[in-house]
Amino acid sequence: MKRRNRKKNVSYGRYGYIFLTPFILSYLIFQIYPLIYTVRISFSDLKGFATKMNFVGLANYARILTSDAYWDSIWNTIVIWVVNFIPQLFFGLFLAVLFTSSTVKVRGQGFFKVFMYLPNIITAAAVALLFSQLFGYPEGAINTILVRLGFEKFEFMRNVAATRGVISYIYFWMWYGYTMLMFIAGILGINPAIFEAARIDGANNIQTFFYVTLPSLRTMMLYILVTCMVGGFQNFDIVRMYNNGAPNNKSLTVMMYIYNQAFSGDFKYSAAAAASVVLFLIIATFSVLLFILMRDRDKGKKGVGGR
Amino acid sequence: MKKNRIQIRIIRVLLFLLCCFLTFLTIFPLWTMIVNATRSSVQIQQGMAILPSTHLMENWAVIMGRSGVNLLTIFRNSVVIAGGATALCVYCSALAAYGLVTYRFRGRTFLDTFIIVAMMVPTSVSLIGFYRFMYSIGLTNNFIPLILPAMATPGTVFFMRQYLLGISYTEIIESARIDGAGEFKIFNRIMLPMLSPAIATQVIFSFVASWNNLLMPLMLLTDKSKRTVTLFIASLKFANVYAIEYGAIYLGCAISLVPILVVYFLLSKWIIAGVALGSVKE
Repeated sequence: MKRRNRKKNVSYGRYGYIFLTPFILSYLIFQIYPLIYTVRISFSDLKGFATKMNFVGLANYARILTSDAYWDSIWNTIVIWVVNFIPQLFFGLFLAVLFTSSTVKVRGQGFFKVFMYLPNIITAAAVALLFSQLFGYPEGAINTILVRLGFEKFEFMRNVAATRGVISYIYFWMWYGYTMLMFIAGILGINPAIFEAARIDGANNIQTFFYVTLPSLRTMMLYILVTCMVGGFQNFDIVRMYNNGAPNNKSLTVMMYIYNQAFSGDFKYSAAAAASVVLFLIIATFSVLLFILMRDRDKGKKGVGGR
Repeated sequence: MKKNRIQIRIIRVLLFLLCCFLTFLTIFPLWTMIVNATRSSVQIQQGMAILPSTHLMENWAVIMGRSGVNLLTIFRNSVVIAGGATALCVYCSALAAYGLVTYRFRGRTFLDTFIIVAMMVPTSVSLIGFYRFMYSIGLTNNFIPLILPAMATPGTVFFMRQYLLGISYTEIIESARIDGAGEFKIFNRIMLPMLSPAIATQVIFSFVASWNNLLMPLMLLTDKSKRTVTLFIASLKFANVYAIEYGAIYLGCAISLVPILVVYFLLSKWIIAGVALGSVKE
């Protein structure tokens, strides 16, 4: 596209729009429109092979909001996420501080980082299937080891706490390395002058961590919290491939509930859509709560040494 | 002073052991998978092993013998989908990020905030609408709905934007404009090469995300010939024909994971460096 410059001052502003068009257009088509369509379906009675839908008001929402199965799935999702996230956050932060520490230098950090991040990149579905084999009864590897150590074989897949625990462990296993790398980047981005000032003031490692490192990591912490929470509510792959919600639907997550409503049984797209909208609102509420809790209250008062 | 040195030494050793333990936790399941992929179901039931055995071919026969398993097609499908999605995602995101950072126009600040908000929006909640949308235009059982939406990935745009904000290129652009180059030429010939680290990183992550996706193909693809690797994995559990063929199941997992592991170990340095390249900076 050749432009002939007739004026001396050329405005390139409109190129901003042009360059953004593919992204904005596809976002409107593939994200915004489906969202609106979902809301529309949630107010209808669409199911099965029907192509027409009738308006039914809030009937779907009433059914979802009073459905034990739905709220059970929300509870399962939250339990699995919390049991996963607390160790994930702890280890991610601890290892990040360890690997950026100037006093305690552990050998082979590069090597460790490679193996700690590795689980994040492999296919979650395959991992879950693999773990379901490892924890199988009576022939799984874990049971074999237990027997070797003198314990009884245990039916991991039939026990509610064990199933949820292993699922949470798998998520932890897959994400603590990623969390660690993010925190390392966050710590490396802190102005070294602050650490110098703390050292001069005589702060030891623990004090430095709580009064310098942690506050400076606030933004990264919020980012991790929100993205992990949003991701956690949408857990599907691992839970489905590990035990498919068993035993007794006690490990069934919300996304699995929605998927089963829409793509099995009666194919009740309308119920699934209503469930999706409620989930969206729940996630939005928690996000806002997190933002409010973690907001930078000193944002306006930062001095020269601040981030 | 001496006490301090010994203390630090002990702590260092303990923490080193902790890291070794965590590494072991990573390796153990994967090594067990590889070993058990070579053992027969009978052997697996009898106990653990650390070294591989000889039944690889039998397990392989079990997998290939089950209905409709053409590994070449399955892998090809995943490559086509992931490759297409990655190419579109990275190029369109680079375009958008460049547009956001370089040009001044009405609504730019709105879009900046919008990208950040969009990054946090859960995408799964619009799945029903997306599916019915594709159903109504007859695009179910088709690769297109798995590839095209990748053009709208706010996370990648944000990543590229952060990277762009960190490099200064105004002079290069000015001189290119004076030389008469059009804006698109400038983008394709000058900016893309400058963006190569960010692009390389995002190619990896985008490809991996698409390759590992289970929910979307599960929802949209029904033809056995259009299966992706993740659907193949799902069939190992749900197709009810592999129930006690433990060796075959382990082999199936291995088939899907070993390629990723190989690529990962080859590129690990760049991958780990790239994870935090575009992280939140303020």
